[in-house]
Amino acid sequence: MRIPCPFCGDRDAREFVYRGDAAPRRPTADDEFHDYVYLRANPAGAMRELWYHAQGCRSWIVVTRDTRTHEIFGAELAKDAAR
Amino acid sequence: MTRFSILSLMKNAASGHRNWQPTWRNATPRPDYDIIVIGGGGHGLATAYYLAKNHGISRVAVLEKGWIGGGNAGRNTTIIRSNYLLPGNEPFYEWSMKLWEGLEQDLNYNTMVSQRGVLNLCHSDAQRDAYARRGNAMRLHGADAVLLDRDGVRRIAPFLDFDQARFPVTGGLLQPRGGTARHDAVVWGFARGASDRGVDIVQNCEVTGFLRDAAGAVAGVETTRGTIRAGRIGMAVAGNSSRVAALAGFRLPIESHVLQAFVSEALKPVIPNVITFGAGHFYISQSDKGGLVFGGDIDRYNSYASRGNLPAVEDVCESGMAIMPMLGRVRMLRSWGGIMDMSMDGSPVIDRAPIDGLYVNAGWCYGGFKATPASGWCFAHLLATGNPHEAASAYRLDRFRTGHLIDERGAGAQPNLH
Repeated sequence: MRIPCPFCGDRDAREFVYRGDAAPRRPTADDEFHDYVYLRANPAGAMRELWYHAQGCRSWIVVTRDTRTHEIFGAELAKDAAR
Repeated sequence: MTRFSILSLMKNAASGHRNWQPTWRNATPRPDYDIIVIGGGGHGLATAYYLAKNHGISRVAVLEKGWIGGGNAGRNTTIIRSNYLLPGNEPFYEWSMKLWEGLEQDLNYNTMVSQRGVLNLCHSDAQRDAYARRGNAMRLHGADAVLLDRDGVRRIAPFLDFDQARFPVTGGLLQPRGGTARHDAVVWGFARGASDRGVDIVQNCEVTGFLRDAAGAVAGVETTRGTIRAGRIGMAVAGNSSRVAALAGFRLPIESHVLQAFVSEALKPVIPNVITFGAGHFYISQSDKGGLVFGGDIDRYNSYASRGNLPAVEDVCESGMAIMPMLGRVRMLRSWGGIMDMSMDGSPVIDRAPIDGLYVNAGWCYGGFKATPASGWCFAHLLATGNPHEAASAYRLDRFRTGHLIDERGAGAQPNLH
């Protein structure tokens, strides 16, 4: 599997660290932390997920990938995705 | 049902083995049942078996979207053991080990349970201390554990690379009662026992939605083979847990990940028991056909693909070579992937769902096969009585909210590290 890093281009997935679903946002209310930390949609299909290019440009990126086929639809910098 | 015995074998041999009957009944679904179990893997079938046997509830349907045992029950590395540390886990897995020990007599079916021993290697003094602690915890819960020094390990497995420069073998923790079982036979044995007691096993029947009554409780399921009603529904669907939960409108503390496993060409007996590498993640045993059955880490990204990528293959093979250089000339025959329901603390859930009448059996991570009998036993108890079984009382869904996590590895809320 190759991850299309916005800086480095297509790179082997081994250069990246996986950090899961990009959807959860850190909440402000205490009673929302359980859902934020533990509950996941875990979709079968297209999923936006965080990858860290640890052995490359060290950017956090958001990759859109199909969990059923491993097909990758695109990637963007996490700081752009967060805007 | 034909009772298998030396007499039935002789009788069928005399007629040229032409009169054996199907082991279990492939049922057409009825419109309603007392209990529906979603998922015809080891856990679902064991649940149905113990519902009928222990609780006398036989108006039960097991709904399987493909064929029984075609999911993780047919994709594991067949290891059985109860070498856990934490008090929430060890009584449950030891109960499972005890059920394995009597399973063949109970089912009247040869599940090929082989208590050849599970040997965890250690590679440092610190790791040996940790194994001593784990062994003591196991013995306190009635399991067996033997701490071995280098010579003790050498007597069992002289072929290991004891003086490997980076990870020398300093000893090991042996559970002599651990071992392997034949995965398909476990599925067929439970299916036969359940079917014989009146349970309907329905294949090619995928659940596509839940029926709810006026109060919001589950009242049945929509399936690809029509509507089936029941007031109590248990889900035991492993890697698809989140998808089935989504049909009912709730989320689980679970991610699905692909775990690959491998088998080599058949060899003469070389590996006497189950051996695991302590400095990486690698476990290996030899099947009765002679193939070396082994595996390692998951691929570490969410996946429903039932196939993995090459970096994980390379990692597993490197780990194997680090302790058993003799593997270098063995040819790999097959590899495959299964979808693991990786939970947020690495431990399973056997509990009520947030919806009345629905029950969850999920989050088994890498460890579902060894748990099969006790998982079925405890899930049947929960479905029949509405209360958790004593051995599974820690496997509550709300433990993530209350903080009573069961994190053997101490890896935190990151499923791909458990």
